[in-house]
Amino acid sequence: MENILKVDNIEKYYGSRSSLTKAIDNLSLEVEKSEFVAIMGSSGSGKTTLLNVISTIDHVTSGHIYVGGVDITKLKGTEINKFRREELGFIFQDFNLLDTLTAYENIALALSIQNESAKSIDTKIKKVAEELDIKSVLTKYPYQMSGGQKQRVASARAIITNPKLVLADEPTGALDSKSARMLLEKFNYLNNELGATILMVTHDAFTASYASRVVFIKDGQVFKELYKGDETRKVFFDKIIDVVTLLGGDLEDAL
Amino acid sequence: MLFKLSLKNIKKSIKDYAIYFFTLILGISIFYVFNALDSQTAMMDVSQSTRELIKLMMNMLSAVSVFVSFILGFLIIYASRFLIKRRNKEFGIYLTLGMSKRRISMILFLETLLIGIFSLIVGLFIGTILSQLMSIIVVNMFEADLTKFTFVFSKSACIKTIIYFSVMYLFVMLFNTFSVSKCKLIDLLHGNKKSEKLRLKNPFLCIIVFVLSVLVLSRAYYMVTKGFVSMQNAKDIFVPIIMGVVSTFFIFWSLSGLVLRIAKSLPKFYYKGLNSFTLRQFSSKINTTIFSTTIICLMLFITICLLSSCLTMKNSMNEGIKKFAPVDIELTNKRNMDNAYLKQSYLDNGINETQINNSHINVLEKLKEFDYDITKYLSDYIEINMYATPDLTLNHTLGSKLESVRTNYPFIKYDTMEEIIKISDYNKVARLYGSKEYSLSDDEYIVLADFKSMVNIRNIALENKETIIVFDHTLHPKYNECQDGFVEMSSQSINAGIILIADNIVDENYLYQDMLMGNYNTTDKQEIKNIESSLNSLSSNPLKDTYLLPDGTTKISIKESTNSLTVMVTFIGLYIGVIFLISSAAIMGLKELSESSDNKERFKILRRIGAPEKLINRALFRQIGIFFLLPLVLAIIHSVFGIQFAVKILEIFGTEELLPSIIMTSIFLLLIYGGYFLITYYCSKRIIKEKY
Repeated sequence: MENILKVDNIEKYYGSRSSLTKAIDNLSLEVEKSEFVAIMGSSGSGKTTLLNVISTIDHVTSGHIYVGGVDITKLKGTEINKFRREELGFIFQDFNLLDTLTAYENIALALSIQNESAKSIDTKIKKVAEELDIKSVLTKYPYQMSGGQKQRVASARAIITNPKLVLADEPTGALDSKSARMLLEKFNYLNNELGATILMVTHDAFTASYASRVVFIKDGQVFKELYKGDETRKVFFDKIIDVVTLLGGDLEDAL
Repeated sequence: MLFKLSLKNIKKSIKDYAIYFFTLILGISIFYVFNALDSQTAMMDVSQSTRELIKLMMNMLSAVSVFVSFILGFLIIYASRFLIKRRNKEFGIYLTLGMSKRRISMILFLETLLIGIFSLIVGLFIGTILSQLMSIIVVNMFEADLTKFTFVFSKSACIKTIIYFSVMYLFVMLFNTFSVSKCKLIDLLHGNKKSEKLRLKNPFLCIIVFVLSVLVLSRAYYMVTKGFVSMQNAKDIFVPIIMGVVSTFFIFWSLSGLVLRIAKSLPKFYYKGLNSFTLRQFSSKINTTIFSTTIICLMLFITICLLSSCLTMKNSMNEGIKKFAPVDIELTNKRNMDNAYLKQSYLDNGINETQINNSHINVLEKLKEFDYDITKYLSDYIEINMYATPDLTLNHTLGSKLESVRTNYPFIKYDTMEEIIKISDYNKVARLYGSKEYSLSDDEYIVLADFKSMVNIRNIALENKETIIVFDHTLHPKYNECQDGFVEMSSQSINAGIILIADNIVDENYLYQDMLMGNYNTTDKQEIKNIESSLNSLSSNPLKDTYLLPDGTTKISIKESTNSLTVMVTFIGLYIGVIFLISSAAIMGLKELSESSDNKERFKILRRIGAPEKLINRALFRQIGIFFLLPLVLAIIHSVFGIQFAVKILEIFGTEELLPSIIMTSIFLLLIYGGYFLITYYCSKRIIKEKY
């Protein structure tokens, strides 16, 4: 299988020499094409930092990150923007939809900044709306939609550009359990049927159980990895809970 | 501790305060410059009458300053309210930490104090420098000689500025205290979370309203330009003004709904780059800013009209003097004052019997009685006679057209006697003035006039070939319209009508005045001054009660009296115009900036989905640009018609050269409005910038 993401021995330090914080300490990780990986960890474990450096929002102190074979730690200024625009799709906890634009226009924006023609934008949106079941809300504004709908619109915006990698930061964090389940099922659909590669950060075991692999991070290092394989989601969920318990009580409050 | 906090706050947000500082400093320096005008004129070599005028002008400017300080006061309160809004969260944190509202007020008080002192120092400094520049303009305006250039600092203007602005700052402090004491913690902390619902307007309603507004506006435009003639009295002007204001409001209202619709129907344009975002930003905001956009549009409109017309006035006045005062001196001597049809009105005007009885000699003979010989000062001169008879008034000249004219122009005195001049006498004047000469046969007459509205009235009669009877001769008009020309010197075209007739039909019994006009035999300013003061000293000669002194008009006196009006109007116009311009630009800028914190989130999202920085900056530039341009464009369209109207109103002053003043106005607009636009853009750019 082809490696979409290869994180190679990265380190990320914060602070000055006198008070150094190692947010990520010698971490390596590989994500294959069409994989759905969840990253779990308690707050302060470095999972958000990891997502930030992969998404080029932050820089690593040392090490390399390859996306589709390109070392993104070497990219500069406009290249970073181009990379982010063309190779990555983002889904955020708080949706990050533009409140002045309708759902349709929000999705279209991701394409129009890549100079896509209005006609192909329309075809692509029709298609993705069908897949994510948001056809009925396309003309609505964010404030007229439910949280789940908003997150599915955001997901549509993230995948419509056919990114190599979709990064999701606590995508279910602001959703009720029913909406969360519906969204995660859509993630599975995107992953299985459309072959989207998804890297999702979460501290919720239920959310993580939808992934095909869960990577646990503690103190900036990979603590353990779990593969779903052919197990049912229920069994996988129990396995995740076991690791969470092993990790210590600090994840319990998140469950 | 509090002081330290205030100081740090200002230091930290100095860039946020940029537009506030800019406005304060600009306001202070302009306030100072206009109040320090008199000290600028102190070093000029000007006549006594000009001195008097400067005094009068300063009094007027003081009164205007009160008005200006009200505008600036409101502006400063508005601006500080905006700054408080930006810092809601900070105050919220202070409150949660247990700081009392009184102490927060104290922080704000200290901040206002610091900003006030700082802006006053900088503003006065810049004002002092600007006023040196202003003195060049002042000298130019009064056409005076600069005896010597000295650096002037006006203490009184400085103190006045400090007092006025201190009072304004005091009000700001009171207002701040009031608004802090009123606020709730929950709003302070979560104030910016409230999202505004977007109301979409019915597109058909928008189209109808838009078309209607445009129609009403066109009608208002028509009324002040083409329809101007039918305006009977001053009240009539309110109708198009109200129509204009209302339609301006509704144009913005409907535009907010229409622009988006139109853009959306062009998907190729709409879904290109960040166009959809920019347009949505525009239409979401214009909903809430229709009112202020209207106000700003109208203020800009007033500013443009004010600046361009008052600058034009100055230019046209100088042109007028060149044209309408072609010689150095003109003396007018009343004759045959004892004629029955004249005597009573002279007596009414306080002229005594002796003077009336001694009115049968011409101007030179009369001056001889005073033992004064004007001719020794003159290089060339002419003498002419003027006649008038109760048998030829405007009533007679208009003939059969009288009634129709009277209904249209009820306020003209139709029984005024017409001035009659021999054609040979007029040709002497024309040769001296360098204007066109005429010839006449015995049964013809010519009407000479250049005062536009009178020309229009007289042309009605002339087109109809009305005959007149003068000294028992029936005369036909030679031309079917008034001829351009004048006899008496003035500063503009005010000749309401002179009848030229052939020499041999004049009845000398109706001679009512003779005139002498000529040029001095020197061009030296001091010598001219001496001549004119010697002439003026005749008015203290006791003989003046026996002989009525001739009236004298000199080019210099015309210049001075003209200047008195133009300079005053120009300065007051400039003052108010510039303050209006600053106010509207500042409100616009502050409004844009207050939105920036909302925009910050949106631009952050754009960045996150990978919009390139260049595209984001362009979107921001366009967004702010549209908001600045929108009221300006409509204001400019308004002004095209407004200036035409102003030209018509000011016609009595004679307006010709609009172009230079329009260029000047554009420079003012570009500098101040454009300056505010750039500051707003850079401040917003800074606000939306995100550090990774």
